[in-house]
Amino acid sequence: MFGNLDFDVIRRALPYLFYEGMTFTLTLTALAALGGLIFGTALALMRLSGFKILGRIAGVYVDFMRSLPLVLVIFWFYFLVPYIGQWVTGASRPISVGAFASSLITFIMFEAAYFSEIMRAGIQSISRGQPAAASALGLTYAQTMRYVVLPQAFRNMLPVLITQTIVLFQDTSLVYVLSITDFLGAASKVAQRDGRLVEMYLFAAIVYFTISCIASYGVRRLQARIAIIR
Amino acid sequence: MIEISHVNKWYSPTFQVLTDCTTNVTKGEVVVVCGPSGSGKSTLIKCVNALEPFQSGDILVDGTKVNDPKTDLPKLRSRVGMVFQHFELFPHLKIIDNLCLAQEKVLGRGHDKAQAKGMQLLERVGLKEQAQKFPAQLSGGQQQRVAIARALAMDPIVMLFDEPTSALDPEMVSEVLDVMVDLAREGMTMMVVTHEMGFARKVANRVIFMDRGEIVEDAAKDDFFGKPRSDRAQKFLSKILSH
Repeated sequence: MFGNLDFDVIRRALPYLFYEGMTFTLTLTALAALGGLIFGTALALMRLSGFKILGRIAGVYVDFMRSLPLVLVIFWFYFLVPYIGQWVTGASRPISVGAFASSLITFIMFEAAYFSEIMRAGIQSISRGQPAAASALGLTYAQTMRYVVLPQAFRNMLPVLITQTIVLFQDTSLVYVLSITDFLGAASKVAQRDGRLVEMYLFAAIVYFTISCIASYGVRRLQARIAIIR
Repeated sequence: MIEISHVNKWYSPTFQVLTDCTTNVTKGEVVVVCGPSGSGKSTLIKCVNALEPFQSGDILVDGTKVNDPKTDLPKLRSRVGMVFQHFELFPHLKIIDNLCLAQEKVLGRGHDKAQAKGMQLLERVGLKEQAQKFPAQLSGGQQQRVAIARALAMDPIVMLFDEPTSALDPEMVSEVLDVMVDLAREGMTMMVVTHEMGFARKVANRVIFMDRGEIVEDAAKDDFFGKPRSDRAQKFLSKILSH
């Protein structure tokens, strides 16, 4: 069955696939996860704050982002960000935003919606006695969140956060719609150039599968460790 | 030190938890608050450091009005120590860091100074060896002693105890009460919600009896245990002391 397949094409493309493609994919995943976590935590705090308007704004944002397909958001953002930038800065022409910056902003904004729900659940899982004890010691609301509530919420939710990041890692492949050379994009380019579609896409699938599997295994290990500490 | 006057609190327009509560705690005094569950005693003590809001009346702590919107509540609370029924140690921090967090972030003490103070207080409650452990590794009684040390690290002018022994296994109650008795004998001003009548007999100056959100009896210890004036306090005492 594999008789007329040329697996040597993979070996020859390896440096390109990993140095360019995988580096981009991992960078985008890491930065988007970090940005999404920070922005998402801010959204969660808005939703849980006593201010109704803030909570409503965050709620509408989260629902809006979660009801749109990711590809559509990537597309829209790529075309809209230059005009938004023009409007914000008051420039005379649409500002040029690179494909990387555009996709990063998109993923941060999209992932923030999901991370905010995870962090919200995490914050709500902390018993009300904890912030009460922190305030009783004289800590301000901000200090209570920073030193007592958020570290615990983050720790409780770490396995879920990493699982969401694994999904994000796979989702970054959607930047192919912007013709960006991420890992899948790189594999795809080699496949088209050399006419070796089956080999390259098979290899790409194996790589995504392996990395995701290892990460999932890591999550399970982590869960077991956290369970002991409690 | 604490002046509570005509405090009323409603959870909803039809459900009043505190009705016209008036009392005070003077410097160096130990006041025990007792009463059946649901009588509002925990709610009252939480009003003192504004963990619970109330709708009318006034509470003054060391001359500062708790229910004044202009009051710097974090600053006020940092001078009022509080010990909770369920300890509420911070589970993600080591014992010593539980004692240092507020010293450093609220009082602005240096790390070394806070550590030294923390270790000194841990030694005092007999838990110096546990400093590097996490709260979950300690027994309930040990955790509550850490919680007392954590409150003392802030050099409070008054200590509030909200049923400090109710969540403990019976054999651990005394180790916590011993720490509290020592504290009382050193002259700490204390307001203690508890069912431990032995503790009240030993160190209390006054006993307040609450029922259905009202302060029914507010008497010197000997008067209270000798001949409570109200029927409700008599019934409560006879139930609690009969065995």
